[in-house]
Amino acid sequence: MLEVKGLRKVYRSGSREVEALRDLTFTVDNGDMVCLVGPSGCGKTTLLRCISGLLDPTGGDVRVNGKAVDGPPPGMAVVFQEYGRSLFPWMSVRDNVELPLKQKKVARSRRRELVDEALDAVGLTGTESAYPWQLSGGMQQRVAIARAVAYEPQTLLMDEPFAAVDAQTRADLEDLVRSLWKRLNVTILFVTHDIDESVYLGQRVVMLSSSPTVVQDELIIDLPAERDQLHTRADPRFVELRTRVYEQIQLAKKAAR
Amino acid sequence: MTSVRRGSPVRLGSPALLGAAGLAGLLLVIEMLPRLGLVDDRYLPPTSRIAAALADETGNPQFWASLGDTLVAWALGLAIAVGAGVLAGIVIGSIPVLRNLTASTVEFLRPIPSVALIPLAVLLYGTDIGSTLMLVCYAAFWQVFVQVLYGVADVDPVAYETARSFRFSAWARIRHVLWPTALPYVFTGVRLAASVALVLAITAELVIGAPGLGKEIAVAQASEAVPTMYALIVVTGILGVLINLLARTGERRLLAWHQSVRGEVAT
Ligand SMILES: Nc1ncnc2c1ncn2[C@@H]1O[C@H](COP(=O)(O)OP(=O)(O)O)[C@@H](O)[C@H]1O
Ligand SMILES: [Mg+2]
Repeated sequence: MLEVKGLRKVYRSGSREVEALRDLTFTVDNGDMVCLVGPSGCGKTTLLRCISGLLDPTGGDVRVNGKAVDGPPPGMAVVFQEYGRSLFPWMSVRDNVELPLKQKKVARSRRRELVDEALDAVGLTGTESAYPWQLSGGMQQRVAIARAVAYEPQTLLMDEPFAAVDAQTRADLEDLVRSLWKRLNVTILFVTHDIDESVYLGQRVVMLSSSPTVVQDELIIDLPAERDQLHTRADPRFVELRTRVYEQIQLAKKAAR
Repeated sequence: MTSVRRGSPVRLGSPALLGAAGLAGLLLVIEMLPRLGLVDDRYLPPTSRIAAALADETGNPQFWASLGDTLVAWALGLAIAVGAGVLAGIVIGSIPVLRNLTASTVEFLRPIPSVALIPLAVLLYGTDIGSTLMLVCYAAFWQVFVQVLYGVADVDPVAYETARSFRFSAWARIRHVLWPTALPYVFTGVRLAASVALVLAITAELVIGAPGLGKEIAVAQASEAVPTMYALIVVTGILGVLINLLARTGERRLLAWHQSVRGEVAT
């Protein structure tokens, strides 16, 4: 279980202070798929960096399976928004996916299996020896997802992973994430600024206010587990849920003024 | 509309051909100037006499020994400087406290011309090869060190956080993120250092009298063997060209992936 309690983060540079997060509390159950949705600049990346132990919070705490986070916890993988910069350009696709496994001291034969499986799962079989910069943006993000999947994390954090790819690729990648989640029994916390995306992907949506950031509302997404781009998005229940999320976000914006 | 052809109708050769023609022209001018009596041939002997002196030198064991001394001082000094520069650059560059602590010291030490250290070198090593080494090391070190600092500063924060999030050890972060990023900068540093090292090697030998080509130039001048002096100067020039060529080719070969990345990004 992932618990975020009273999380606060103030960036200080010289005398300037930016309160990126004011007071955040929410939990994500093991095996759940939760979407965090909030406007740009509301501190979503800051929150993920605190959860992944890359950044020390100013106040409050983060616990993963009861253990306080103070540095990147084991069993967690992050997919960054800037996939192009997150992959190592001096390594082939295979090496990129394999390197974290080497660091985790996974045996060679098992590494091979995991890399092959992960690349197969994201539909990139055959690109093992290519370099990341030889691939399209969507394919690069697939490599980053494969790298996270091969790592066999219990918790997967994704920071607006599809914000920079075209609409068609984005729809494909959303379905990929749903299918991976169902297959791998992994806990996913998916951050986005896109309301439709959050409703389409999540079992639950946590809405953040704009800065100073608090949790505005939470919503259970009671859509069927089998979702597809065409029918789910046209489902009256989907439209209803996305309207609810939209209203809350509008409310949060008004409250901030 | 057809494009207007400008310039002379004479088809000029390739740049390499032009370069060779220019060089040949220079050699011809140097041949002619003293022969026409435009300059005193005691100061500038004609090309043919310099060439003859050069041919003589190649039969002289002392010349080869001096060339060897210069090359040893150059290579050894460069190797030490590169080793120390890379190590210091990575350590200091990746620890912000150290970087800030040393910043003003570096800014003070770096601009000191190596030649200002000649008296100190003589004091420490006399006319030994050690003097040359010290000056070469000092000058070459900064070239590498500063480039490595740039390289370390160029590490992409996202790549670095990726490595951290996958729990890479400190060593693995250096090995797999910092080093590959800094490598192109290291090569630039080595290329610059290689040229500077040669300049300093010759200077030290010339001024201090440490064994090497520089000393031979001074000896030739003192014994009024002017064509020999010019021949030796030509040799140092050729050395410089060869070193530069070697460094550039090495850089291009080893950084093939890097060039391709740049190419891809540009398109
Ligand atoms: N390293 C930093 N130093 C200072 N301010 C920062 C830093 N990172 C982010 N911020 C500020 O914190 C706020 C939240 O940023 P961020 O977490 O990136 O938001 P989001 O991911 O939701 O777009 C913004 O106002 C941003 O300017
Ligand atoms: Mg962000």
